[in-house]
Amino acid sequence: MELDPLILSRIQFAFVVSFHAIFPVFTIGLASYIALLNGLYFANGNPAWERLATFWTKVFAVVFGMGVVSGIVMSFQFGTNWSNFAQASANFLGPMLSYEVVTAFFLEAGFLGVLLFGRGKVPQGVHLFAATMVAVGTFISAFWILSANSWMQTPAGVELIDGAFHVTSWSTAIFNASFWYRFMHMATASFLTGGFVVAAVSAYYLLRGRDEVANKKALSMCLWLLLVLAPAQAVIGDFHGLNTLEHQPTKVAAMEGNWETQSHTPLLLFALPDMDAQKNHFEVGIPSLASLILTHDVNGVVPGLKDVPRDEQPFVPLVFWSFRVMVAIGLAMIGVAVAGLVLRRGGRVYQCDRYLKLLVAMGVSPFIAVLAGWFVTEGGRSPWLVYGMMTQAEALTPSLTGGMALFTLIGYIAVYAVVFCCGVYYLMRVIRQGMLPHDQETVVDDIERAKRPLSAAHIPFDDDAGHPVRS
Amino acid sequence: MQTFDLSLIWAGIIGFGIIMYVLMDGFDLGLGILFPFAPDEDARDVMMNSVAPIWDGNETWLVLGGAGLLGAFPLVYSVFLPALYIGVFLMLAGLIFRGVAFEFRFKSKRNRHWWNRAFCWGSAVATFAQGAVVGTYIQGFETEGFVYVGGALDWLTPFTVLTGLGMMAGYSLLGATWLILKSEGHVQEWAYRITPKLLAAVLVVFAIISAWTPFVDGSVRERWFGQVSLIWLLPVLAMACAYGIYRWVSHRREGMPFIATLGMFIFTYLGLVVSKWPVIVPPDHTIWDAASAPESQLFLLLGVLFVIPIVLTYTAWSYWVFRGKVRTGEGYH
Ligand code: HDD
Ligand code: HEM
Ligand code: HEM
Repeated sequence: MELDPLILSRIQFAFVVSFHAIFPVFTIGLASYIALLNGLYFANGNPAWERLATFWTKVFAVVFGMGVVSGIVMSFQFGTNWSNFAQASANFLGPMLSYEVVTAFFLEAGFLGVLLFGRGKVPQGVHLFAATMVAVGTFISAFWILSANSWMQTPAGVELIDGAFHVTSWSTAIFNASFWYRFMHMATASFLTGGFVVAAVSAYYLLRGRDEVANKKALSMCLWLLLVLAPAQAVIGDFHGLNTLEHQPTKVAAMEGNWETQSHTPLLLFALPDMDAQKNHFEVGIPSLASLILTHDVNGVVPGLKDVPRDEQPFVPLVFWSFRVMVAIGLAMIGVAVAGLVLRRGGRVYQCDRYLKLLVAMGVSPFIAVLAGWFVTEGGRSPWLVYGMMTQAEALTPSLTGGMALFTLIGYIAVYAVVFCCGVYYLMRVIRQGMLPHDQETVVDDIERAKRPLSAAHIPFDDDAGHPVRS
Repeated sequence: MQTFDLSLIWAGIIGFGIIMYVLMDGFDLGLGILFPFAPDEDARDVMMNSVAPIWDGNETWLVLGGAGLLGAFPLVYSVFLPALYIGVFLMLAGLIFRGVAFEFRFKSKRNRHWWNRAFCWGSAVATFAQGAVVGTYIQGFETEGFVYVGGALDWLTPFTVLTGLGMMAGYSLLGATWLILKSEGHVQEWAYRITPKLLAAVLVVFAIISAWTPFVDGSVRERWFGQVSLIWLLPVLAMACAYGIYRWVSHRREGMPFIATLGMFIFTYLGLVVSKWPVIVPPDHTIWDAASAPESQLFLLLGVLFVIPIVLTYTAWSYWVFRGKVRTGEGYH
């Protein structure tokens, strides 16, 4: 069988970007949380805040390091596998990515050292400032990259001349139609991720009766945050969907599994979309609800997949099911947050083992939701790369052969598997060790305070390397 | 737009970014290559600690180079990367392993030899790939219009293997002279001892490359031998630096060998640039062919001119913070 470089490149891109995405979505949320903890400590001097901040900074260091390493790969992907796309869209994407480097990456790199290693070295106010700058940097980074991505979904402000996009209006191109929806949805997703992970870890400690004072504080704070953000995310998502309906109707049709343009469209809870037969099997749905949600009217007409020829349809099962996974998790998050509110009466949140275990289990849910969301967004866009203007096939590197793409795909999987396993293994040790009492935080001398991420966490990688590990 | 040539300005900025990257990441990659030859584990600790605080910032220049090329000279980005597809992958894999090894080596005892290996191989592979990129640049690319049409391994020729090895020798020399500056005692003595050998290796490889280049690239031949030109000044300066390294090492000077090595790199780099100018995607495309739209170059220029000075300030500051000698036994325990 001929190896298809297009399919392999798509798999490769999906793999490396999904791998990359799980780190930023966590660091964005966590950076703000750490800045907040430092701010609280600055304001009222309660040592519980400082210990929490110190602990989460260690976790942050590891995750951030993994984000950087996988991000460097991303910045070369456009050129290696999608060189026609790079060539055509460089006039817009080049400045976007470069601005990301100069405004965000250097800012993060600059203040990261002070955040990770500067406690006690610089005045507290400077340390807080550094923490804030790192958090701001992650948002600036998200701003540029999401603008670039949104532009590919809803291109604007450009003219296609001789196969290359020329920018006619920077503001229109940067603040394109779907940008603010995507930015808000992603920012909220990051906070939800940070919130659920912190809640999970705090619950884990409470289940083991460790550091109750600090962990109760952390859990309580998280639950308030989630109570606001989880429902907000559903509302933002709904608006996001309406925006998509306007600009990418085929994507919405795929999300709903709706083949015919029709009114009274049901909201499908289950179906097996069949691309060949151009219909669904085993449909289970709520009558007219999709029309109601999408048009706010049961008589509203929802576009169908058959409006476009088969070769302009995305791969429907992927979009359909990813969407359901994301929304199901979103609803579960609301449920968990509300349950937390109910259990607050009498302080039962901190005692109820079943609820705490549920929180631990929910720790991975935001990552799954985020990846599912990106699979909806990106999968639903295909076969277009720049929606309505450039297809994935046109974007592919002309000289790329299936063999080359397969070689690097396997290579990236192998490299990431090693790196990821080491990172996660190490992270688990950091979490198992937990917060150290004040006097045990290792005091390190100058040379150890390397200005780079992982070295903030002074925890041995394997057992016989020194520091005792508490279990 | 008529009053100043944006492509020219951008060529300057990108050229500056590349040499910044080469000089700064060069010595820490070089230390990685020298790693297995170090006299003992203490020396390895010193080597790693001497670059630990700064390598991360160094690598951000590489990202800037990638993004900057996409922004200012997209043709370079969209021809070099497909043409060097496999090489780029190897370089990235090398950089990943090296980066992770930096972090985990100190935290493990039982598995330390694995991280030593990851550090060395990662550095060596990444360096070789970068050297091969230079060789490929001299060699040129098979393009049709604005598209690379050659094969996957066209870049891998005896010539590029030689430039790859040359880069390894060069970076090792940078690493060794850096170590002279940053260490003392037996580690420094070791660094003094290997420097002349590395210098000899670099000179041999560079001599072969220089003799070979005119046969690989006719336009370079013309430029070199066409008229008696100032070009010859650059290799002379590079040779002067080489002599300086030799002298200062014999006199056991600490700082000058590193400075002279930097000078050698800069003059060689300038020599390459002047030989090729203004071609940026050889053999056919000049910086003006490769440029992105003027409005894009301008839009980006405004930001970069504002931010780069700040970045440089920060970089200088962090080198200042970590100045001075690294001692054995210091650092991670
Ligand atoms: C919404 C957020 C987001 C998204 C969608 C992406 N990134 Fe990212 N990226 C970040 C948010 C981020 C970050 C939070 O800013 C990171 C994570 C850890 C870090 O160091 O910065 C980062 C790191 C990071 C780095 C390393 C920066 C450094 O050296 O410090 C590069 C080169 C990229 N990214 C490039 C990309 C590319 C080319 C993407 C698109 C395909 C991409 N990222 C998607
Ligand atoms: C960070 C979170 C992201 C995730 C998890 C993600 C996920 C994906 C997935 C799953 C695909 C494959 C879709 C398919 O082939 O059906 C894809 C394709 C793609 N995405 Fe994203 N994406 C993300 C962000 C971005 C951003 C920020 C950009 C651009 C600035 C981008 C550009 C692309 C491109 C160029 C493709 C082409 C390959 C293809 O269509 O298969 N993505 N992405
Ligand atoms: C609960 C109800 C939710 C609804 C109605 C909803 C709606 C949507 C829609 C319609 C899209 C696709 C937009 C497009 O491609 O044009 C999307 C994408 C996405 N969703 Fe959700 N979502 C929900 C919950 C969540 C949750 C809980 C998370 C993560 C914590 C999440 C993370 C994402 C991400 C990362 C994307 C891709 C980026 C983007 O296009 O914004 N969503 N969502």
